Amino acid sequence: MEKKRYTSEKIDRREFLKRLGAGAAVSSLALAGCGPEKGGVADSLVAGDSQPEGEMTYRTTPTTGDVVSLLGYGMMRLPTIIDRNIPKGENDIDQEQVNRLVDYAIEHGVNYFDTSPAYCKGFSERATGTALKRHPRDKFYVATKLSNFSPSTWSREASIAMYRRSFSELQVDYIDYLLLHGIGMGGMEAFENRYMKNGILDFLVEERKAGRIRNLGFSYHGDVEVFDTMLRWQDEGRYQWDFVQIQMNYVDWRHAKEVNARNTDAEYLYAELEKRNIPAVIMEPLLGGRLSKVHNHIAAKLKEYKPDASVASWAFRFAGTYPGVLTVLSGMTYMEHLQDNLSTYSPLEPLTDADKDFLEQTAQAMLRYPTIPCNDCKYCMPCPYGLDIPAILLHFNKCINEGNMPLSSRDSNYVRSRRIFLVGYDRTVPRMRQADRCIGCNHCVAHCPQNINIPKEMQRIDKFIEDLKQGREF
Amino acid sequence: MLRKIRIVLAALCFTLVTLLFLDFTGTVHTWFGWLAKIQFLPAVLALNAGIVVALVLLTLLLGRIYCSVICPLGVMQDIIAWWGRKVKKNRYTYSPARNVLRAVMLALFIVAMVAGFASAAALIAPYSAYGRIAQNLLAPVWQGANNLLAYAAERLDSYAFYTVDIWLKGIGTFVVAVATLLLLWVLAWRNGRTWCNTVCPVGTVLGFISRWSFMRPVIDTSKCNGCGKCARNCKAACIDSKQHSIDYTRCVVCMDCLEQCSQGAIYYEPRTITRRMELAEKVAAERAAAGPAEEGKADGMSRRKFLTLTALFAFTAATRAQNKTVDGGLAAIEQKKMPARKTPIVPAGAQSLKRFSQHCTGCQLCVSACPNGVLRPSQDLTSLMQPVISYERGYCRPECTKCSEVCPTGAIKRIRRPEKSSTQIGRAVWIKDNCIPLVNGDSCGNCARHCPSGAITMVSSEPSREDAPKIPAVNTEMCIGCGSCEYLCPARPFAAIYVEGNEVHHTI
Repeated sequence: MEKKRYTSEKIDRREFLKRLGAGAAVSSLALAGCGPEKGGVADSLVAGDSQPEGEMTYRTTPTTGDVVSLLGYGMMRLPTIIDRNIPKGENDIDQEQVNRLVDYAIEHGVNYFDTSPAYCKGFSERATGTALKRHPRDKFYVATKLSNFSPSTWSREASIAMYRRSFSELQVDYIDYLLLHGIGMGGMEAFENRYMKNGILDFLVEERKAGRIRNLGFSYHGDVEVFDTMLRWQDEGRYQWDFVQIQMNYVDWRHAKEVNARNTDAEYLYAELEKRNIPAVIMEPLLGGRLSKVHNHIAAKLKEYKPDASVASWAFRFAGTYPGVLTVLSGMTYMEHLQDNLSTYSPLEPLTDADKDFLEQTAQAMLRYPTIPCNDCKYCMPCPYGLDIPAILLHFNKCINEGNMPLSSRDSNYVRSRRIFLVGYDRTVPRMRQADRCIGCNHCVAHCPQNINIPKEMQRIDKFIEDLKQGREF
Repeated sequence: MLRKIRIVLAALCFTLVTLLFLDFTGTVHTWFGWLAKIQFLPAVLALNAGIVVALVLLTLLLGRIYCSVICPLGVMQDIIAWWGRKVKKNRYTYSPARNVLRAVMLALFIVAMVAGFASAAALIAPYSAYGRIAQNLLAPVWQGANNLLAYAAERLDSYAFYTVDIWLKGIGTFVVAVATLLLLWVLAWRNGRTWCNTVCPVGTVLGFISRWSFMRPVIDTSKCNGCGKCARNCKAACIDSKQHSIDYTRCVVCMDCLEQCSQGAIYYEPRTITRRMELAEKVAAERAAAGPAEEGKADGMSRRKFLTLTALFAFTAATRAQNKTVDGGLAAIEQKKMPARKTPIVPAGAQSLKRFSQHCTGCQLCVSACPNGVLRPSQDLTSLMQPVISYERGYCRPECTKCSEVCPTGAIKRIRRPEKSSTQIGRAVWIKDNCIPLVNGDSCGNCARHCPSGAITMVSSEPSREDAPKIPAVNTEMCIGCGSCEYLCPARPFAAIYVEGNEVHHTI
């Protein structure tokens, strides 16, 4: 039974994605984890086969003069082969699809490709290298990261080995953009361990001098102290950053703390970079898909404002409007996502002040529907006690977005939404992997880049489900 | 006409009773749950005098209508026999009644019930025998079809159907169900109602009563041409066409003979028509005189056949037991194993093990109805087929009182939610060696978090050390034995906290 459930869940995902094909750029590539994103945009008005018509918008870096496409390709959610014969943990990337997507992207002006040794169970770099190898080296910029999160890779030797491996996986002899990956997670202490005590940052600076790294930067999540320190070092002339990658979207712009207490408003982060003329690479333009998979009310509002724009396009236009933004990354699993995003940026139509106000109102409305900020990055997995954490959180969010969340047992649609919630829950998550299995061991907490208190959320969801099952009043 | 009415009514009853065993949503039960409660043996066990009296009166009035309309096992045999007759027409012959065998089976049955071997007696109880067949053999097919619909519904984004687990609830009971079905299939295919007129204790009791039934079929000798077609189509083998007599103890008033007779010589009419009453009495007297001599041999034969067949089927089916495996898509999850409980757990409403085992006929209706995968038939010989509780697939959820709603025999008395949540059917026992915080230091407390009666508190394993892992302390007085702790305990394959049954349930 268990087995059967699992299969149906997989097929379900594929089916669901087929339906959402229309519009919907599902994006963002903060951290590792491959495979198509669950869920998607309830957005059928935008034609899925929209072809980009104009010319791609480009931005130029101040230090190297690179001319970079405003749309960057995130190689974190690469399409996978749905084949049960591939063992878990093995490479299941659909290389043929990746090649097709990359070819199409390059043909339509995309020239920035962002990967990491951690993405797609560690197979993203190889797939990226394979696809890009088929194009002239001067047609693209490749970005990768030093993803030495695990203490076992903190030693100088292990970190350098990881860095060198990127060259062979990507089949290149220089890397255009190299990032210290996810600094801020674990605060200054983790940063010291990963890059300073082992002398890796100095090593990378040397590599840049040697031309094997053309641009050196960092991607930032979490503790703002680390971000501020990095910029102070630049002001002091200790290090010079060619670019910085930050999380920025119209919700995080001014409401980052409301989404996640540990995060910092993108307005501040961007302003700090702009002050120093450091180009910003944008990740999470869609807030992990949550700005494309929006609540029905929100989708309706956006459509009312501009009927022919896809829900996702607003988020991309927002990020692209700021001139200090070098490129906006999107993890495009499907051709439809790629085409929708290409149309948005070919060319970019900057937001007016009225548009910005409208999006600010939208962000405020969105925060009234408190979904859990899970990006389905799967960093928390596997849970040692077998829970399918992202599936549980996404089911919860999906029910909120689709208006199937009974807010009170006296709601007029209580009976219907209760059934949808419970039946859907058993469909998405096998019984043995549901929230009631969480024992609160806290192993997952440190791994979540969105700083979700997973055990607390599991217990909250479990209590909610018990309320529904027992028919308690709430 | 009468036959058609009988067939329609029988089909209706049969379908609805079968649905009681198949429908896991409880909808059918809300409307037709009474169909299980008007079954003869359950009504007797439930001491439901009204229904027993009504059934006796019905039989006195119309004959063994119960056997051809209400009893699902009887109707099932009619279906098999109908099929048998399609293959070979006119296949039956008259045979004398085997009254000694009937009496012996009934006596054995009563003795077993009174002596507390209800589960052994239940082997031949008609309604529960059918229940086992429906639950073990039909329900999986029904659920499979449901799961197909659920699969389709999921794709259409509909929530009309949901997937249910299909699992072998007890191999012993499954074997019994298969053996019963095969045995009945052979008997019914060849000779119609042999079971009902030799083995079935309810058939024997009602047959005894129907001897005097007010309405009954009779043969009009003035019209009868002696063709014997009625006898060759009588599935009860009770028409002696040569003597123009009908054995009313075996006749299940199926009315087949009325339609078969080309001369229109058989009527279903009241005894008050004296013309035929004389005849019937005369024939009965003759039969009584001729009968007993041959009975002994025949008895021994069929009983032996019955026993060997049962044994044979029991053996072949037992070798087919198989284990289910789990797909370890994410972190592999080891299947939980059933702990060896010293005392079995039975549902709230059963009151005590003793009372329960005396009242339960093992019909599996509660097993079919249990939405939490908690109830399954016992594998233990002394209580074989009677339901027991175990918590590998779920726990006895506080909002559910389904089993007590459906039980037709009163073995599980009707119980409401508040009573249930204050009835201790067992109590939690902690096993230190398995407890996760002590095994690997992870904090847990999942048992305490989910205990619906708040009987578990997490306490320090070493009060002197502040960071010592916390372990559960069970306040047995507050525990109701629902098994949420056992089911949700992360220790595998054996939980670190399990429920030990109570012989007598108490109120906390």
